[in-house]
Amino acid sequence: MAEVKKDWIYKLGRLDRRIIFFLIFLAVALPLLLNLVLPVHTSPIVDRLFDKIESLPPGSKVLLSLDYGPATAPENQPMAESMARHALERDLKLYIMSLWATGPGQAVLLIDMLGREFPDKVQGEDWVNIGYKAGNQGLINAILLDMKAMYTTDVNGTSVDDIPMMADVENLTDMHLIAGIGSGFPGLKEWVQFAGDRGDIPVGGGVTAVEAPLLYPYYPSQLLGLMGGLQGAAEYEAALIRTYPKFKETAVNAVELMGPQAVAHTVIVLFVLIGNITFFIERRRERKI
Amino acid sequence: MQLSSSVEIWIGALLTIMIFSFLFKDNIFYKFAEHLFVGVSAAYWMVVGFHTTIMPNLIAKIWPSLVVRVLPAAAGNQPEYHYLIPLIFGMLLLTRLIKKISFLSRWAMGLVIGYAAGTNLIRYMQSDFMSQISSTMKPLIVVNEGVFAFGASLSNIVLFFGVICGLVYFFFSSEHKGILLPASRVGIWVLMVTFGASFGYTVMARISLLTGRVQFLLRDWLGIIQ
Repeated sequence: MAEVKKDWIYKLGRLDRRIIFFLIFLAVALPLLLNLVLPVHTSPIVDRLFDKIESLPPGSKVLLSLDYGPATAPENQPMAESMARHALERDLKLYIMSLWATGPGQAVLLIDMLGREFPDKVQGEDWVNIGYKAGNQGLINAILLDMKAMYTTDVNGTSVDDIPMMADVENLTDMHLIAGIGSGFPGLKEWVQFAGDRGDIPVGGGVTAVEAPLLYPYYPSQLLGLMGGLQGAAEYEAALIRTYPKFKETAVNAVELMGPQAVAHTVIVLFVLIGNITFFIERRRERKI
Repeated sequence: MQLSSSVEIWIGALLTIMIFSFLFKDNIFYKFAEHLFVGVSAAYWMVVGFHTTIMPNLIAKIWPSLVVRVLPAAAGNQPEYHYLIPLIFGMLLLTRLIKKISFLSRWAMGLVIGYAAGTNLIRYMQSDFMSQISSTMKPLIVVNEGVFAFGASLSNIVLFFGVICGLVYFFFSSEHKGILLPASRVGIWVLMVTFGASFGYTVMARISLLTGRVQFLLRDWLGIIQ
């Protein structure tokens, strides 16, 4: 049997995966160290979500559901922060909740940010955190009919009857927009299925890139707009900065991460190309043998 | 460079490195971090579930005076004893742990599954079936204000034939020959493009998470970047 020629092409096709991991790490770390920031352009699917909040009159109610945890925070947190900033800047009423038990921790970070950037906004009058409840889509079903039956207090234990923002809220149909920021089940898909479609309430939001392809079929008829992964978050930040330049120092969490993202993708594409080229070269050699 | 003085950040950084060490090879540090993560997550979900659901929605309803110290809103409330019914069903679920009476858990399980199936079936039928079919039925020739819209028309044509060809690929009642053969071949391409897009998005998600972790190490832990 003829010997396979073990030259540099052979070795390149069998590169130790640890070298690839190291190069990916460098591709992410170096742009961060060099502060590489690339321009971000918005797409219609994100613009539509942004324009919806932009079009809501002051005092409109926006439900922001944080259905994720620390594991996907790099993607999801910038989405939640941008939408919350936008809502409060437009003087909308922000209702924060979570279908995930890990959501309240992220809500604390979000509220800290709102406290720093919007010191004039008052808890209970401009924003409220009603927290987490178990029940997944069953919870959405329940609050579509009666919100106060499930949420008797906010996260601080204050009765909902003593919260001014909750005075004229009976159920989800009182919301002018439901914004779900999620990374799995239950999440934005369940908000579309169990609240948007059933209650005819506008639903939009953002999901991790893994989940984004599952949500695109709902756009545009069932889903108002969507931030897909870090790219979607960066696009929303870009739209926010374009309309409200005051946020150009603060609303750049996702935009700053798009530099490393682009370089890492380039490295991955290069390795995919190298893998394919070496594969076809070796296959041609084997045929000749 | 300014190393963090926070113990929390140090713990987070060391655990992150332990998890990353799996990329070199499987090792005891990775296993420790993995087990710690699973254990802490499970405990966290249980504690949060108890304090945010069982406490205000069950105990505060049945015995309000018991939780007044942690839930002041329950002060003065009258007991609502019909909440004992879900409590009993919840307890029945736990009978699975005792073999002799484990059959009782089927009552609660039957209620949970029946409720879930009933509510989900209707919603999926409406959202994932009827509405999706409705969204696919678009005009192949789009005319906006008397002008032929090429882009929108092309998009709708691709959508229509893509869906039809994708469905033909999964149509196994007839042999794929004649008109079904090219349609199913196009269907394969549609599926391949879909899987490719999903894979691309998955790569993007993983890199985003890696970027977040590296940013945490370089900024919050090592203080190399702002």
